[in-house]
Amino acid sequence: MAHDAAARADTFAKLLIRNADLHGARTAMRHKDLGIWQSWTWADSLEIVRAYAAGLHRLGLRRGETIAIVGANRPKLYWSVMAAQMIGAIPVPVYADAVAEELAYVLNHAEVRFAAVEDQEQVDKIQSVAERLPKLERMLYDETRGLRDYDHTRLYSIDSVIADGRKALAEDKSVAEWLDAAIAAGKGSDPSIILYTSGTTGTSKGVVLSHERSIKAASDTVAFDHLTEQDVALAYLPLAWVGDHYLNYAQGMVAAFCTACPESGDTAMADLREIGPTFYFAPPRTLELLLTRVTIRMEDAGFLKRKMFHYFIGVARRYGERILNGEPVPLQGRLLYGLGNILVYGPLKNVLGFTRVRTAYTAGEAIGPDLFAFYRSIGLNLKQLYGQTEAFLYVTAQPDGAIYSDTVGPACPNVDIRIADNGEVLFKSPGMFTGYFKDEAKTAEVMTPDGFVKTGDAGFFDEKTGQLKIIDRAKDVGRLNDGTLFAPKYIENKLKFFPNIREAVAVGDKQDFVCAMLNIDLTAVGSWAERNNVVYSSYQELAGHPLVYDMIEKHVADVNRSLAADKMMAGAQIKRFLILHKELDADDGELTRTQKVRRGFIAERYAPLITALYDGSKEADIATEVTFEDGRKGVIRARVKIRDMQTVPAAVEKAA
Amino acid sequence: MRAPSGGAEIAAGDVLLAVENVSLAFGGVKAVSDVSFDIRKGEIRAIIGPNGAGKTSMLNIINGFYHPQQGRITFKGQTRAKMRPYEAAHGGIGRTFQNVALFRGMTALDNIMAGRTLKMHRSFFWQLLRFGPAVAEEVEHRRFVEEIIDFLKIQEIRRTPVGRLPYGLQKRVELGRALAMEPELLLLDEPMAGMNIEEKEDMSRFILDVNDHFGTTIALIEHDMGVVMDLSDRVVVLDHGVKIADGTPDQVMKDQAVIDAYLGVAH
Repeated sequence: MAHDAAARADTFAKLLIRNADLHGARTAMRHKDLGIWQSWTWADSLEIVRAYAAGLHRLGLRRGETIAIVGANRPKLYWSVMAAQMIGAIPVPVYADAVAEELAYVLNHAEVRFAAVEDQEQVDKIQSVAERLPKLERMLYDETRGLRDYDHTRLYSIDSVIADGRKALAEDKSVAEWLDAAIAAGKGSDPSIILYTSGTTGTSKGVVLSHERSIKAASDTVAFDHLTEQDVALAYLPLAWVGDHYLNYAQGMVAAFCTACPESGDTAMADLREIGPTFYFAPPRTLELLLTRVTIRMEDAGFLKRKMFHYFIGVARRYGERILNGEPVPLQGRLLYGLGNILVYGPLKNVLGFTRVRTAYTAGEAIGPDLFAFYRSIGLNLKQLYGQTEAFLYVTAQPDGAIYSDTVGPACPNVDIRIADNGEVLFKSPGMFTGYFKDEAKTAEVMTPDGFVKTGDAGFFDEKTGQLKIIDRAKDVGRLNDGTLFAPKYIENKLKFFPNIREAVAVGDKQDFVCAMLNIDLTAVGSWAERNNVVYSSYQELAGHPLVYDMIEKHVADVNRSLAADKMMAGAQIKRFLILHKELDADDGELTRTQKVRRGFIAERYAPLITALYDGSKEADIATEVTFEDGRKGVIRARVKIRDMQTVPAAVEKAA
Repeated sequence: MRAPSGGAEIAAGDVLLAVENVSLAFGGVKAVSDVSFDIRKGEIRAIIGPNGAGKTSMLNIINGFYHPQQGRITFKGQTRAKMRPYEAAHGGIGRTFQNVALFRGMTALDNIMAGRTLKMHRSFFWQLLRFGPAVAEEVEHRRFVEEIIDFLKIQEIRRTPVGRLPYGLQKRVELGRALAMEPELLLLDEPMAGMNIEEKEDMSRFILDVNDHFGTTIALIEHDMGVVMDLSDRVVVLDHGVKIADGTPDQVMKDQAVIDAYLGVAH
């Protein structure tokens, strides 16, 4: 049905026209504005995008040129993407929270002549680096506030561009004819978008995707998850991230489902509840945050509610997943679960906005087994997928009924996966990128001669389930001096599964033993501190508190026990650890914008601490420069304590 | 957006409010003595001075909360010896307080709605019944309040009781409530007291935006000199109830009397 027609529409502009034809009266886009949900149908969207495209062309945007899109998830920015694609220009979305420096790099590298941005903040940011962007000519903005007095010779409101295009289309027939010809001239092999990678390693690269490949990949998963025009998704993840472009934009266009934009980034949770999406994606971090909030609230609830919650969550833990997987469950279990659904799970899902979710995905990082099981047990069909920007997020996904917390699923339809000799995962897929923008050398570097793409991730196919298991970045997998395998991420993830530990960095490559540097979770540990009368005034003080160290020590001991159970990893237990005096932050370059640890940078920045971890000192001094949100810099100094750990003898005979 | 609320229309740049030779004493304590200055329409006017200089007293005089023993206040061409706070509010003077004065148990939305009270015309009876014209009126006011919520970017706390909000956000809600009455002159009493750098920057941005977007004239008291110098068009400096300087931020900064008042004088 829908995806057959999608196969014929080989560009997004043609898809938009198809959607307006087939589902003209259905809602395509929602946005909460002034407290009220506004909606636009597919017919509205097409009319607006046509006017916008004509307006952009009149301003001078031409086929093959690039236009930067900077801002939060808003209809006008999605339309900017559609309008640019309609006339053959290539949108380049950029993370809205990127600092001016990163923005300048991407805009310069992508050679953008135009930029469509959300508001004054982004206009200011781009103008502050304008002298480094000689090619940038015009800027378009959505939100007028604060921009009234700006020089408007090269600055336009998106509304005025749409209005100008609309007028031209109405007055001059040849404009409409030209636009129709431009849409017809669009080829499936044309680049549809350039997505800049978040840059876990060094500067970011521009991943070029094409219309037909994007649409093909999206069509496959739309069929895989049975998405239709009846579905609704909330677009709250960064526009510039492949996940949003794939899950919401491309799938939304192919399946013609409704994309809802939250009122603002901070209201996403409340908006989720109001919209009640049927398709949902959340990174493990968000799911963890939600669970932490629920748990904290339940601790504060009255006796009866608390008892009821814990009892029925216990019931869900026993039967929930099995019911979801369609496995046999005793009648008594079913009845109890049904009661629990009325009393606890239903209301809980309602509060979280999950009531109508049919399919939910998580990806990006390993997810804790308890966390994963919790959501599944209350009846949320949460699954895992694995992908990357180069694959248009489309390598593996778990089908309904074969869900495991420690695997990411079998290959998606039409995807070939191969494991290289060094353990690296290679893939070949319908959605794969056409190359890095202006960087053939790097493109050649990640491609094998027979057309597979190197993911940079180490993994293997699990014997029990036949699904892919990712252990770490291939280049991060190292060895201790005695030859023991050291997969830092594997250890870090085990640490991070404890709600009290927010971030962890394991070191050990080419060392005698493994050490860990940790961040505590301020919400979880803060709530613990409140209950235990621990007084603190800052993150730094709480992180250094002896009782907090005692608590974290227990977690580390648990991790060591669990590592000891695994023959391969038993030698890589944590011998010493410390709690960092500040939270790792993307603004300081310690995390990527997608919140992944930048290992090399951290090793350099915290070199004194790492030295101290290995020279046996009990504490170490550290001074780090920090960047505040406004770009100003300051220095934090601290004395950090180090704890020694007991290791657990490897339990070889006790197969756990 | 601005509602003309009686009195003569005043063009931007003309004097909106003039204080002439005003003195105020509490018993033997002279809070303000013989102070004169004016506030022009459309400007951001700062009142600064060391602790106990009489800044808040001055604001309370403008606002009609205190009645000066001597001197005259002319607002929109009308001179009054005594003005009551509600008359000031009717006349188009809105304010925020040094210590946040919100209804703590009410949501941010309800607090800002409360600022619309003066603009509501239907009788209490209709409003109570929530029937007929009262509904249409409420919808209209709600729309205006939503614009303020959007303007101040506080959508996520719309339904949160203000007592649960952090201080910086409470200050923002208070600003919202003052804006809800569409004031012609907005008095801000230390809008940034107790805020961190980021909150201060946000608040500065909002103050500039209010001035730009709604065309509201603003008089503010502030201690952070950096903020005052960045924001204001003109500054009046008080010390021990006496005006010691008046002019642009640059002029005031260089004024010897101001430097002495702030840094002290060697005797």
